[in-house]
Amino acid sequence: MMRRFFDSDIWWSFTRSWVTIISAIVAAICIFGAVLSPWIAPHNPFDLTSIDLMDAFKPPAFSEGGDARFPLGTDNQGRDVLSAIMYGAQVSLLVGFAATLFAVLLGVTLGLLAGYLGGTVDALLMRIADIQLTFPSILVALLIDGIVRAALPREMHDQIALYVVIFAIGISEWPKFARTVRGSTLVERNKEYVLAARVIGLGQGAIMLRHVLPNVLGPVLVIGTLNLALAILAEATLSFLGVGVPPTQPSLGTLIRFGNDYLFSGEWWITIFPGLALIIMVLSVNLLGDWLRDALNPKLR
Amino acid sequence: MNSLLEVRNLRVEFPTRRGTLVALDDVSFAIEPGEVLGVVGESGAGKSMTGAAIIGLLEPPGRIAGGQILLEGRRIDNLPYEEMRRIRGRHIGAIFQDPLTTLNPLYTIGRQLVETITTHLPLNPAQARERAIEWLELVGIPAARDRIDAYPHQFSGGMRQRVVIALALCAEPKLIVADEPTTALDVSIQAQVIALLKRLAREKGTAMMLVTHDMGVIAETADRVAVMYAGRVAEIGPVREVVKHAKHPYSSGLMASIPPLDRRVDKLAAIDGSMPRLSAIPQGCAYNPRCPQVMERCRQQRPDLLPAGETRAACWLYAHD
Amino acid sequence: MTETPMLETRDLARFFDVSRPPLQRLLAREGKRTLRAVDGVSFSIPKGTTLSLVGESGCGKSTVARLVVGLYSASRGDVRFDGQDLHAARRDPAQRSRMQMIFQDPYASLNPRWRVLDIIAEPIRAFGLVKGDAAQRERVAELLTQVGLSPLDGVKFPHEFSGGQRQRISIARALSSNPEFLVCDEPTSALDVSVQAQILNLMKELQSRLGLTFLFISHNLAVVRQVSDRVGVMYLGRIVEMAPAETLFTSPRHPYTRALMEAIPDLEMSGRQRMPVGGEVPSPIDPPSGCAFHPRCPLANDRCRAERPELKAHALTETACHAVEEGRG
Repeated sequence: MMRRFFDSDIWWSFTRSWVTIISAIVAAICIFGAVLSPWIAPHNPFDLTSIDLMDAFKPPAFSEGGDARFPLGTDNQGRDVLSAIMYGAQVSLLVGFAATLFAVLLGVTLGLLAGYLGGTVDALLMRIADIQLTFPSILVALLIDGIVRAALPREMHDQIALYVVIFAIGISEWPKFARTVRGSTLVERNKEYVLAARVIGLGQGAIMLRHVLPNVLGPVLVIGTLNLALAILAEATLSFLGVGVPPTQPSLGTLIRFGNDYLFSGEWWITIFPGLALIIMVLSVNLLGDWLRDALNPKLR
Repeated sequence: MNSLLEVRNLRVEFPTRRGTLVALDDVSFAIEPGEVLGVVGESGAGKSMTGAAIIGLLEPPGRIAGGQILLEGRRIDNLPYEEMRRIRGRHIGAIFQDPLTTLNPLYTIGRQLVETITTHLPLNPAQARERAIEWLELVGIPAARDRIDAYPHQFSGGMRQRVVIALALCAEPKLIVADEPTTALDVSIQAQVIALLKRLAREKGTAMMLVTHDMGVIAETADRVAVMYAGRVAEIGPVREVVKHAKHPYSSGLMASIPPLDRRVDKLAAIDGSMPRLSAIPQGCAYNPRCPQVMERCRQQRPDLLPAGETRAACWLYAHD
Repeated sequence: MTETPMLETRDLARFFDVSRPPLQRLLAREGKRTLRAVDGVSFSIPKGTTLSLVGESGCGKSTVARLVVGLYSASRGDVRFDGQDLHAARRDPAQRSRMQMIFQDPYASLNPRWRVLDIIAEPIRAFGLVKGDAAQRERVAELLTQVGLSPLDGVKFPHEFSGGQRQRISIARALSSNPEFLVCDEPTSALDVSVQAQILNLMKELQSRLGLTFLFISHNLAVVRQVSDRVGVMYLGRIVEMAPAETLFTSPRHPYTRALMEAIPDLEMSGRQRMPVGGEVPSPIDPPSGCAFHPRCPLANDRCRAERPELKAHALTETACHAVEEGRG
């Protein structure tokens, strides 16, 4: 299995592109840094006992007045910015992955049904997708968040806020997947291997799952990767606006918002570094997605 | 006296990540003025690629890696793109399998014909339009004067192929390269188009390289035929000889495997196996693993085209040493 | 007493709605448009024999193929499979496993993500014919050998095979449910001529060994001659001539059949001048009145333009042609 992978065209095209290799390494560092933050971060920004207000507003270690204990400086409460970024990236990535997964599951299922069954099911699902696509996705997310906020009491909302954000971002992205999958399904369902399965009398569900699904997933992988970058950005936007993840679990967006207050009073590092981390993470994932699109597209090979 | 077209030791390569594939190897033939040369072979034999190399439209990353192509004694395989484009319209016309790839869907057929005519012939637009109508009538478009301003999609497949033929011939080239011109058409339409091509080539004295997998079309149309196998010419000679008394075991096998229309046979003469992939062309004669008359020498040494009766065959059976 | 035919169709028809969307239709003030792909086709195939349907693109031959295995439902008429109604037969797995289909495009008829082993075993598993992994593998190996491939090929993927080998895999898959009736929709049209001969030989050999019944769809008259017992010639959704293969090829009667044979390039190089039939196949959305072939027919008269001819038997041949019937042909 491994040998087949390293012999494949995908791996070959991967090794041919420096940009892609660097993106992959950067993305891997981001993911490892985020996931392993409880163990490898220099400080725990949530451990109140280890935070000293005397350390507040320390500039990055490399500039004048910096402290070697805080490589990227500290914020207004004396928390290490680097550690906060690592913990925050974890939340950002979690929301990004979960929201994308949710959008993929929903979009692929509905797209497959619409494309294979056709008729009324298709018309209904695609009109819903059309309508949703006329709203900017961030607006959809804001709307859902607003509804949940108004409907639920404060403490209950804080508890489920993370899930609300995941749901809101996921639901606003599903039409992309549904449309792509529907398009490929329309092509695959008329291919002769599907007809052969129908002659045997295989049920519609079995044909969709075993025959059509594996053959329509290629583009989903590409859009999914590109969408991961978008979802991370969407989460950051929501959190920056203060309607995203709860302040007890700050994400990169939350950190940027907090730091924003000090940007013009000289403590630029509190907001700039989380911002840079966000850009690097999103850019590397995006470049990987671009490469994947080209590598999987036989026309461009 | 030069031939109209001469292909000498043509070699076309495709660099891939697993090494270089040799798609055409040492292909040589000539076409005389007014002659129809049929190029026949199974898919992957390199027949279409030979045509593409001649008209300078090899698909990248394919490239001519050796040999020469001469049109009236002048090399055309190393010309810059722009110069080749002028030759393509004026001296070599091209007809492809799918007429839709040749016709621009956004322009009327009249505009495309007039453009080609005025580019290559010293006629003003009004004269060119008259000439275009004449051509449409010549290829059998009914009510040509009324339909000249129609768009390609307003024609049926057979009619479109007629328009393509008019387009290929209207600049009065000396050579037509026709790549599977009738394959996409129904049998009855196919017969009409073949009859048309044959008549026009004869009337205008145009030479033609007719690339097809259909031996029947070749037998009806061509003067000489080149049988290709695995990127090489296996046999070349007068069409009657190749069809009735093929010398190369591959050509005779190919002829025998065509199901006859006039009788039923219990077991068709099939050739075992299939054509090798470009990445696995056997040493020696490329046909040796499938050949019923294979000898030790065939596995070691590659035969050149050798005189074999009235044809020439790349086969050790005809070596006299 | 005659044996029940393997397959019988009576007045089989299939129409497709090719209207534009309702709003556009309203704006263009046009009615519904119906494509009559198959319009009243009747035939029967005795067990162990091959019936071929020939014709040019758009004549409805492939639609008939799909109708008789239940991929399309009929708009009119009925299909009987071994004496039973096709719908009832399709609902019963034991009956369904007796019919299989072979397709034209060897590159689209095998799921590219499946191993050959799983492709061939799919019908075996779907019908629960062989229990146990080891026994299934053994059965697949046997089938691969039967179609001239190696049992070791089972672990490979379809893209590792040539067109002809893929068609062999398709045949192995079709045979895996032990069918008696095979519908072959242009099974060799996408293949090279030397490979076509291999596949035709294989199909003929399997037929005589397994006693299969074939419905064979093709546009190639020479191929049809090699495999058929009976031949039906289709034009615009109808059968215009139906006869035993020998009779049809030695004395074609319908002007369209004769035109088709005339159109085939001559390999004998007798130098005979062919007279190709003029015109093109009309659109099945708006077929000509009377006999659909009349605009291209050299024998057409007023009756042909007004009245549609029915299939009528003369000796061994059934023809739908006024000219033949009146002795003008």
